[in-house]
Amino acid sequence: MKGFVGVINLDHELDQLKELTYFRCGAAVPFAGRYRLIDFALSNMMYAGAQDISLFVRRKYRSLMDHLGEGRPWDLDRKRGGLFILPPDWHDPTDTSTGDLQHIHNNMDFFHRSTGDIIIHTGTQHVNKIDYKDVYAYHLEKGADVTVIYKKVDQLMPEHSACRRIEVDESGFVTDIHQELDHNNIYLEAFIMSKDLYLEQVNYCIAHGKSYFFRDAIQNNPNHLKIAGYEYTGYNAVINSVESYYKNSMDLLCPDNYHQLFRENPVQTKIKYEAPAKYLESAQVHNSLVANGCVIGGEVDNSILFRGVKVEKGAKVINSIILQKCTIESGAVLENVILDKDVQITHDRTLIGDVKHPYVTAKSTSL
Amino acid sequence: MSKKEVVAMLLAGGQGKRLKDLTKSLAKPAVYFGGTYRIIDFPLSNCANSCIDTVGVLTQYEPTLLHAYIGVGNDWDMDRKNGGVFVLPPHERQEGSSWYQGTADAIYRNLKFVESFDPEHVLILSGDHIYKMDYQKMIDYHKAKNADCTISVVNVTLEEASRFGMLNTHDDLKIYEFDEKPKNPKSTLASMGVYLFKWDVLKSYLIKDEQDPASSYDFGKDLIPLLLGDNKTLYAYPFEGYWRDVGTIESLWEANMDMLSEAPELDLNDPNWRIFTRSPNQPAAYIAPSAVVQDSIVNEGCIVHGEVKHSVLFFNVEVGEGSVITDSVIMPGVKIGKNVRIHKAIVNEDMVLEDGAQIGVERTDEKEIMLVTNES
Repeated sequence: MKGFVGVINLDHELDQLKELTYFRCGAAVPFAGRYRLIDFALSNMMYAGAQDISLFVRRKYRSLMDHLGEGRPWDLDRKRGGLFILPPDWHDPTDTSTGDLQHIHNNMDFFHRSTGDIIIHTGTQHVNKIDYKDVYAYHLEKGADVTVIYKKVDQLMPEHSACRRIEVDESGFVTDIHQELDHNNIYLEAFIMSKDLYLEQVNYCIAHGKSYFFRDAIQNNPNHLKIAGYEYTGYNAVINSVESYYKNSMDLLCPDNYHQLFRENPVQTKIKYEAPAKYLESAQVHNSLVANGCVIGGEVDNSILFRGVKVEKGAKVINSIILQKCTIESGAVLENVILDKDVQITHDRTLIGDVKHPYVTAKSTSL
Repeated sequence: MSKKEVVAMLLAGGQGKRLKDLTKSLAKPAVYFGGTYRIIDFPLSNCANSCIDTVGVLTQYEPTLLHAYIGVGNDWDMDRKNGGVFVLPPHERQEGSSWYQGTADAIYRNLKFVESFDPEHVLILSGDHIYKMDYQKMIDYHKAKNADCTISVVNVTLEEASRFGMLNTHDDLKIYEFDEKPKNPKSTLASMGVYLFKWDVLKSYLIKDEQDPASSYDFGKDLIPLLLGDNKTLYAYPFEGYWRDVGTIESLWEANMDMLSEAPELDLNDPNWRIFTRSPNQPAAYIAPSAVVQDSIVNEGCIVHGEVKHSVLFFNVEVGEGSVITDSVIMPGVKIGKNVRIHKAIVNEDMVLEDGAQIGVERTDEKEIMLVTNES
């Protein structure tokens, strides 16, 4: 094996996080105090040693590009290979490809030039710590053409309803991929296969008027590929709605989840040079995540504070997620609220959302 | 190399003996400060913020960590095509090999390096101090005075004066005498170890000083008196603001504690004057339901179950339930078990403190700062 080639395909990811995706795509949504959702997929690929990663984007990717830069935090600022952000920019008049196959077809150079020979293909709605080296070992052991990654969830949640399910036989091979809502093997939108076979399948699909790679080349399996199912058993959160965003964020306040997601192989993200968080004498912080640059004088309970948040003395933040650089002035009370970046909550304001349906404010507002 | 108006030379070879075990295997400029920084971040960030993009860093004592830390300098925006940061350890030469004999000797041995930028002025800095300073303002002052050398000074009390290199000046701040650690100080202007020279003047005096076998090749002791003796134009540049030499365990502890006040004199959170550092990129700190964190600085990667008051926690520190930490500085990666009591201490990097450990609680001297290292 010569190495992994990463493909992060955002084409299927709908902007369903209301205010949080007004101005950015889902992959760029801030998560867990200091990350963006895409950091998790990128970090997993980085730890697998992927040297070429392409990102198929179609819309609202400006903040994503700002976040990624030339990819230095993920070791992707390479002379050879590295990070390629590939928006739709194609001019082949004979092009007949449609759907997400367009991205692949119109960026063939990326695949031909990349040095790796195994494709890791993912999205960004699943936050996890998949070890692709382990997936690849399993892939080899099974002698599979494709290995899809799934997680057997104990309890089905509303956010799972949008996920495909994977049926696996006793020997670990996939017998069916469908969307039956009561099935517990959730497909994590991640698979690996050899680059040669991947490109072969792409050409076949285009030649047969198909549009979507996973559905048409793998799920419907016209060429009878050997598809293995790799069961991932670690932490996985599906973020595809405000409700799932809120709930999964809050779940990180459980030390077990925090450890699983963060303790080994730290997730990499764009570096900011904020000072460490400061807690004033009046601070009362309990069961919360606090990023750097915060200054806390008030009360913070069951909440997540992103970088550079100010909570003044006498302010209260409960069960809330406060994104970068918000200011909560004294006397303000927030409960079950998500504030997007740069929101200012003025003196003595009270904002209370519902536990299941938090109140979300858009970026750069003052209330 | 193309011409640069100002080249900075940062003296980072010091051992910092009085920091005891903290500098056992690293140079003083690499010592941690303020929850996330290393001391050298301050002069390097000052350069970056003052638009000085060419910095030579002179290393000698335990340089490996420092070299790796600085790397290509991208964290300070000094990974430049033209200029940037250059690590300059002593090296073998045709004339023979030896260590840097003193601060002036260190610069003398890198004459060719400085010369390659054909600078008008050379800024000499040290990697020992915590301060935020706009060097451009000093450069403007130096040029306005048409000085051969400008030395940045802070006002100290007469009692403190005997610990510093003092500068005796006329009313217009023209320096007539340099007094190293005087018993009877005549002035309250202490040198900050920040010197700005006209390069041609510095160069000729470095060469002159080098020929004196009795010299200790030191800026303060030898070079400045030499310039004064020749009636060169030396001015003191009064610096206003926070400046600390964190050369001892006590002063390092104290400067860390200074950061805890509600509006500290040295604001680390100033978006217009960021202190850049190599980020460990750790997750947001987790403050547990049982935790109390007040009057403290807690960096990312920390997990706090116990009580932290008036203390500084660097990244990746864990504090177990029932533990109480007061008036202390806990360096990166320290794991503190349950029911541990730490008072007025500096706990060195990666230490593991078992459940129930007691540090600094029973003490004979309330002023003493306990230093907890693997060696002690």
